[in-house]
Amino acid sequence: MSIKGSCGGASRSSPRTRLGRVNVVEAIDLRRTYKTTTGTIRRRSLEVEAVRGVSFEIAEGELFGLLGPNGAGKTTTIKMLITLLIPTSGAARVLGHDVVEDARWVRKHIGYVFGGDRGLYERLSALDNLRYFAELYAVEPRGQRARIDELLELVGLKGREKERVEGYSRGMRQRLHIARGLLHDPPVVFLDEPTIGVDPVGARELRATIASLTQAGKTVLLTTHYMFEADALCDRIAVIANGEIVAQGTPRDLKAGVADGSVVEVELFGVEEDSVERVRALDGASIGRVSSREPTLEDAYVQLVTSA
Amino acid sequence: MRTLRLLGFGFVLYLKMYSQSAFDGLLAVLWPLFFSTVVFFMYGAGGDDPAILAYAALGAAVMGVWTATSVPASSALQRQRWQGTLELLAAAPAHFGAVLLPMTIATATIGLYCIAATLLWSRFLFGIALAVADPLVFVAAIAATILSIGMLGFLMAVSFVRYRTSWAIGAAAEYPVWLICGFLVPVALLPDWVRPISWALAPTWGMTAIRESANGGTPLPDLLACLALGGAYVAFGLLVLDTVLRSARTRGSLSLT
Repeated sequence: MSIKGSCGGASRSSPRTRLGRVNVVEAIDLRRTYKTTTGTIRRRSLEVEAVRGVSFEIAEGELFGLLGPNGAGKTTTIKMLITLLIPTSGAARVLGHDVVEDARWVRKHIGYVFGGDRGLYERLSALDNLRYFAELYAVEPRGQRARIDELLELVGLKGREKERVEGYSRGMRQRLHIARGLLHDPPVVFLDEPTIGVDPVGARELRATIASLTQAGKTVLLTTHYMFEADALCDRIAVIANGEIVAQGTPRDLKAGVADGSVVEVELFGVEEDSVERVRALDGASIGRVSSREPTLEDAYVQLVTSA
Repeated sequence: MRTLRLLGFGFVLYLKMYSQSAFDGLLAVLWPLFFSTVVFFMYGAGGDDPAILAYAALGAAVMGVWTATSVPASSALQRQRWQGTLELLAAAPAHFGAVLLPMTIATATIGLYCIAATLLWSRFLFGIALAVADPLVFVAAIAATILSIGMLGFLMAVSFVRYRTSWAIGAAAEYPVWLICGFLVPVALLPDWVRPISWALAPTWGMTAIRESANGGTPLPDLLACLALGGAYVAFGLLVLDTVLRSARTRGSLSLT
C-alpha cells in the first residue's frame, strides 16, 4: 500500500533553496507570548514567552525535525504553523500562503497529527471518526470510502475500524491519528510526537509509515523526544530550547558540533563508582574495555540543550 | 451542497455520540420524570382543573428539552476541549459554524425524548389526558421549539469557544429560563422588566405555539416568531464566529495547554 503524493501545486512566491527546491514551510522570527494571571485576591498579569524568534525553512519533500525538551516551544511553534495560534510577532508561510491571512487555504493543504490519547471521539468507531474528518476536509464523497480503506490498510487498522475507539490501545489510537491526518492527502504534514508512549514494535511501524510520507513526496515536520528516531528519519533538525533555536543542520552537522569530538567509554572493575577519575593511580584495578565512538545525536542534543 | 452534507452528517454523528453514553442516557431518562412529578404535585395541590394540569404537563415537557440542551451543550464543548478534538475541529478547513450547529441541534433533539416521556408519565401516572386540537401543528410546534433551542445553544456555544469557563453560563441559564420563558407560569405574570427578555428568547414563542396548537388557538404567529428568532441567533452567531475564533487563536484558549 502506498501513500499518494503531491506538493499541492499551489505554491505562491515561495523562495527556493540553494538546490532549487521550493521552501514549503517558512517560519520567520516567530514569537508567541501567552498572557496569564496569578493570585486569588491580588491578581497579577504575567506574560510567558513560549517562542522567542524562531526561524527555519523546510524544503519540498524534506523531513524536518524539531527537537527540544518539554516546554521548549515545539508544540507552540507547530500550532502557529497549523493556524491554531496567531503569532505575537513574526510570520509563517505554508506553500507560500500566510498562516494568519490565508488560514483556511493553509488548513486545506496541511495534515496535523499529534501524539497521545487525545484528539479522537472515544464513543465512536474509527470508521465514524474518519468519515467525519473526511467531511470536514471536503474529501470527495465518491472517493471517501476507498480513501478510508486505503489508509486503514496503511496504518494496519483494517478489520478493526468498526470498533469503538475507547477500546483501542495507545498504538492503535496513534495509527488512527495518522490516518485522520492523511485523509485529504495533504502535501504538508505536521507530526507532533507521533510515537510517544507507543511500544517498540508499534513505534517501529509508525516510523516506517513516517518515512514513507517523504518517499511519496510529502513535506514533513516532526517533533520527537527520541533521538534515534530523529537521527533515522530527519533530513535536517532544529534544536529548540527556551523558545529559541539553538542549533540547526543535518544530524551529521549537529553531531559534528559536539565540543569533545568523540566519546570515550571505559569499562572498569574493582573500583567504586566515585573513584573513576583516579582509576589509573590505583593498584590492582583492571581496565576491562576502552572504546571510542562518534558522538550520537543524543550527545549533541544534551550538550545543546543544557548549554542553552 | 457540501455544507448541507456536513451539517447532516455532523447531526447524525453527534446524535449517535450523545445517545451512546449510558450515564448521560440515564440522566436524560430520569430528569424529565423527576421534573414532571414535581410540577404535577405543585399544580395538583392547587386543584384538579384539567386545563391547568395540561398547562403544567406541556410546560414540564419543554422544561426537559431546555435542560437536556443548556447544560449538555455547554459541557459538550468543554468535553471537546478536554479530549483535544476542539482544536482539530478549529484547524479543519470547514466553516466552524457548520461544526457547531449540528452539535447543538443534536443535543436539543435528545430533548425530544423528554417531551414524549413527560406526556406519557403525565398520562399514565397522573391521569392527565392531554387533548391536542391540532396534532399536525402541535408536532410542528414541538419541532420548531427544539430547533430554536438548538439554535440558541449554538449562540451560547460560540461564546464557549472563546471563554474556557463559560460553560458555567449554560448551567446557570437552566433554571431562570424555566421561569422567563413561561414554562411554568405565564409570561404575563412576570414583572414588566422581565418580559422583554422573555420575548427575545425563542423558547417563549415555541412554548406558546405548543400550547396554542393543543388548545385549538392560533399557533402560527408564535411558531413563526420562534423560528425567526432561532434564525436570528444563528445569523448573529455566524456573524461573530470568525471574530470569536480569531480571538481564541490569539489568546490560545482552544486548548487546555
